Amino acid sequence: MTEPSTAPEAVKKVSAPPPAAIDHGHDDHGHEAHDPIHAANPHLAHHFDTPQQQFDAGKLGIWLFLLTEVLFFAGLFCAYTVYRAMHPEVFVYAHYFLDTKLGALNTCVLLISSLTAAWAVRNAQLAEKRALMLNIVITIACACTFMCVKYVEYSHKFHDGLLPGKNFQPKEQIWELKSFRDRHPEAAEYAEKLSKLDEKKAAPAAPAAAGKAEPAKVEKLERPTEEELEPLLAAGLVGPRSLDPSAHISRPRMAHVFFGIYFFMTGLHGFHVLIGIGIWIWMLVKASKNQFGANYFGPVDFTALYWHLVDLIWIYLFPLLYLIH
Amino acid sequence: MTLHLLALLADPKLPKLAPSDSFWLPADASVTSRNIDWVWDFMVWMSVLTALGVFVAIFHFVTKYRAKSRAANEHAEKSAEHNTALEITWSVLPLFVCIALFVWGFKGFVDLRTPPKDAMELHANGQKWKWTFDYKCPTGTLTEDALHVPVDRSVRMLVSSVDVLHSLYIPSFRTKMDAVPGRYTDLWFQATKAGDYPIFCAEYCGTSHSDMLSHVVVHPAGEYEKWLNKACVDADSKSGPERGRDLFDRQGCSTCHTVDGTPKIGPTWKGLFGKMEMMTDGKPYKVDENYLRESMMDPVAKVVQGFAPAMPTYKGKLSDKDIDGLIEYIKSLK
Amino acid sequence: MASPTTTADAAIPQTKGADDNYLTHDKGFASWAFTLDHKRIGVMYLASVLTAFALGGVFALLIRTELWSPGKTIMEHDTYNQCFTLHGAIMVFLVIIPGIPAALGNIILPLQLGAKDVAFPKLNLASYYLWIIGCLCMLGSLVTNAADTGWTFYAPYSTTTQTNVIPAAFGAFILGFSSIFTGLNFIVTIHKLRPPGMTFFRMPLFVWALYSTALIQVLATPVIGITLLMLIVERVFGLGIFDPGLGGDPVLFQHFFWFYSHPAVYIMIVPGFGVVSEIIPVFSRKRLFGYQFIAISSLAIAFLGFLVWGHHMFVSGQSVLAGTIFSAITFLIAIPTAIKIFNWVSTMYKGRIHLDTPMLYALAFLWVFTIGGLTGVFLAVMGVDIHLHDTYFVVAHFHYVMMGGAITAFLGGLHYWFPKAFGKMYNEKTGQIGALIVFVGLNLTFFPQFILGSRGMPRRYYNYLPEFQGLHQLSTIGAFTLGIGFLITAISLGRALKNGKKAPNNPWGGVTLEWTTVSPPPYYNFQTPPPVTAGPYDGYEDLVYDEAIGGYVARVTGGSAPALGK
Repeated sequence: MTEPSTAPEAVKKVSAPPPAAIDHGHDDHGHEAHDPIHAANPHLAHHFDTPQQQFDAGKLGIWLFLLTEVLFFAGLFCAYTVYRAMHPEVFVYAHYFLDTKLGALNTCVLLISSLTAAWAVRNAQLAEKRALMLNIVITIACACTFMCVKYVEYSHKFHDGLLPGKNFQPKEQIWELKSFRDRHPEAAEYAEKLSKLDEKKAAPAAPAAAGKAEPAKVEKLERPTEEELEPLLAAGLVGPRSLDPSAHISRPRMAHVFFGIYFFMTGLHGFHVLIGIGIWIWMLVKASKNQFGANYFGPVDFTALYWHLVDLIWIYLFPLLYLIH
Repeated sequence: MTLHLLALLADPKLPKLAPSDSFWLPADASVTSRNIDWVWDFMVWMSVLTALGVFVAIFHFVTKYRAKSRAANEHAEKSAEHNTALEITWSVLPLFVCIALFVWGFKGFVDLRTPPKDAMELHANGQKWKWTFDYKCPTGTLTEDALHVPVDRSVRMLVSSVDVLHSLYIPSFRTKMDAVPGRYTDLWFQATKAGDYPIFCAEYCGTSHSDMLSHVVVHPAGEYEKWLNKACVDADSKSGPERGRDLFDRQGCSTCHTVDGTPKIGPTWKGLFGKMEMMTDGKPYKVDENYLRESMMDPVAKVVQGFAPAMPTYKGKLSDKDIDGLIEYIKSLK
Repeated sequence: MASPTTTADAAIPQTKGADDNYLTHDKGFASWAFTLDHKRIGVMYLASVLTAFALGGVFALLIRTELWSPGKTIMEHDTYNQCFTLHGAIMVFLVIIPGIPAALGNIILPLQLGAKDVAFPKLNLASYYLWIIGCLCMLGSLVTNAADTGWTFYAPYSTTTQTNVIPAAFGAFILGFSSIFTGLNFIVTIHKLRPPGMTFFRMPLFVWALYSTALIQVLATPVIGITLLMLIVERVFGLGIFDPGLGGDPVLFQHFFWFYSHPAVYIMIVPGFGVVSEIIPVFSRKRLFGYQFIAISSLAIAFLGFLVWGHHMFVSGQSVLAGTIFSAITFLIAIPTAIKIFNWVSTMYKGRIHLDTPMLYALAFLWVFTIGGLTGVFLAVMGVDIHLHDTYFVVAHFHYVMMGGAITAFLGGLHYWFPKAFGKMYNEKTGQIGALIVFVGLNLTFFPQFILGSRGMPRRYYNYLPEFQGLHQLSTIGAFTLGIGFLITAISLGRALKNGKKAPNNPWGGVTLEWTTVSPPPYYNFQTPPPVTAGPYDGYEDLVYDEAIGGYVARVTGGSAPALGK
């Protein structure tokens, strides 16, 4: 503010009230029946002057909210990145347990729902009530499908003992998994041989004769080939190359952390999908009451924006968790 | 209250604050304060001058331009909204000061974090709620609860923790470093004056965080080696309950266990041996040699009911001879 | 400047009686519980925040009583640890972060913009209810083996301690959303509901301050949200992100935590800057010196505040390079902050200064914030920070800026806008006495702590070496003095609410828009918001003091424009 003060002009004259701030008369401000703009737009809130202003405010508001959501998830992506940089083998190991097909199915389902959501906004703008309701229903259906597929995935994991954190007790060994055997058959065979050897070593030796300890017979496997060794190294199942690769096989120590991250990220995302379903149902109700038209379609627009973000987050999650090669 | 205070001041167990020349800072006993103390003094003077400048201006304006009353309706005098020369001055001057302080701070930091190549190494270990320091003896490692160093010799401390974050803070050396579980951090110093200086834990770590005190004994020239030899011999020569008694203090058992019957963070050792204790899983268990050994190596395997699973493991810290000594000591506490 | 009179306003006959205003318009619990009026929401926030402040203050007094002597004075180690945890958590999350924006901003922001309400009134109410829920969660922790981790929740202590960390962390999580919604609401309000003629550079500085604060609230708070959520999940499921025993990295927690918590301190202080920028010009009858600088520097401080979190971690084991960058940028922030002080002091030059209570608080702010800010510089110097980190020096620094800065500004703003919000005048003498005692108490409590810290006394200490006792006792005396000051202030304002003299529309001669409406404002704020044709601190010459009503009215110039208000 650098304009010099205007000394002689004293009181500023009152100019005619700008068109937006219409004199609402002397009455209670509960209903603006006398005000033509508010009368013509029953969904125009009392503190906004025009539908355009209300829409603009809502648009800015939803973008800000989406920004906070991005930052919220960013923390998790950051934890993922840090952890993967420090323990890459954990991620290679764990991804064999995930069903890529189901993940891809979920991705397609969400993409379709994003399409119908965007379409629904157009319907709302043009007051096409039937098409709007149909699109919303399809969006909700897709979202529910997503949640069902998630449920199937989660229940598989619980069944297989792949729980987060300290409850992590996988029932199957990684080399017994179809996904591992299909991609690395030689490695799977070699891993099986190694694990049988481990079992023998761990089994209690014949009771030692008094004072004489029986040294366990140490079998040794022959040196593994690259095809046998590489996948096991990458998944942290055997020690570094420099150590004797026929020594010992076991899952990486920090394997449970991946599943912690997995459940947390997909769980939080799923929570947002659930909330989305709730909001879409609300939109469906409003649409059924014929509320939307050219002057009032903000809620559908904003819900669709939220939905697009939920979709986008999944599109990042999918490759980061499922497509680790 | 004064008597209580005097009693505390006289308590031999508490580290003492060595007398200091500075009003603000503790006794200066290391070369590492060479980059700290004079920067501190500069900042104190600069702050006093700046603050005085601001306060004098405020006081002056408030008295000189005080309005008589509202009814008098006085107007402010004409004055500029901004004065470019003034604004540049009071932006650039602080900027220079800040740059200088940043550079000095950076240099001081690098100095404090770069141990000389020929520094001797010692280990410091933090645990809830005791510091222990390891020294090399011919027969193994000696663990003490105080830090002993020779004067005029650079020392690099490798710091770690077995449980939560702690922080090794030696005010007289102007140095501090967090003890992070799962990794090593380090700090260094070179003591310049023989004497005794406090060591504090400076990262909150629970109940007895403020009791996690220790001290650094700076030995005059030639005395450090003598102390080390004697300590190694003493530790080695002790056996049986005497050794156990010694370890009770040095290994930090006394932080959580008493020998006089009062329960503390862990059960008391008095009358412990041979007792039937109820564990948290509801099963009773007899306190025998095996139980005691297991408690030291794998403390959470069996926890006595009424106590939290708070004990750290001593695996790798106690030799078989140490364990035997502790067991004997506990047996002797009827 | 806002035109102080509008013929349209003067012609409104009031409904429901001549004194109908937002406080009296609707009665009953439901009319408050379900209100969408920003002023009522602001009043509810004010009552809630002040209650939480009292609770946090009780914990403070408990702490200082315990620290009267080394060893046990009135409580055990664990209880003490819980006390300082709750004191910090309540003060940070329940009081200072919502503080000025939610309590004062909600009442005043739309009025300063000539708007009818904030952009999203329902979201505003939701934000208040989230505060209540967060508060209840924290109280839940309080009454059931309260958390003892310190308000910073450092792992792995926080992931392993047996105390009730989860309700406290969850409460803070909920409060984060309350903060985000308030910030979101203010950003949209400021962008979309400004009156015609009020360009960005004609906005009052309180609005600029709330805008910058809101940006930080929206961008930083989600990060503490996810951090606290990760902490809770780690405690329940043993996730292994932070606890090294489970494979995690404790320093990662610190990075996540401070990424929010450093910008958070700007959420705490920038609104205070805004309040001081309102009070000093009005009580000097002058325009603010360097308006544009103060406006832009609020944004700059908000932005830079995101880049310095590592200066809390010089000693954590983070790399020297990282520490260096953080230290350098920290110094960058110091400069605009210092210049603001110079600008405020220069505003008083050649002004006509009135030393009413709001101005006393503003002057106290200048003193206390100067000291607090300068001591921040000590901590930014990396080498010196090694000595000072986690000592009482840090405690003194942040209390000077948070208690001294933010709370002083809050009280100043409260006294400044009290007549507008409640239509009553408080007793000026008691107001001044309260301010003085608070000021003395502040300095007596916290200055000795600088000395304690530089001499090596660590923080969060239940027990301490007997050599430190004298300074601790001084500090404890100060704390009780401070408490007395607050009590006097509370009583003064409470009595004013009941029996205060009726307040004129414009007791201080302010020239921003809120002073053009009635005290207290009608529930609809403005019939027609006065058009804005000049800067926010123009027009003192157009006001004249009317002793009959104890306030300012428009200077009548040969026309028949009637004075506003009664």
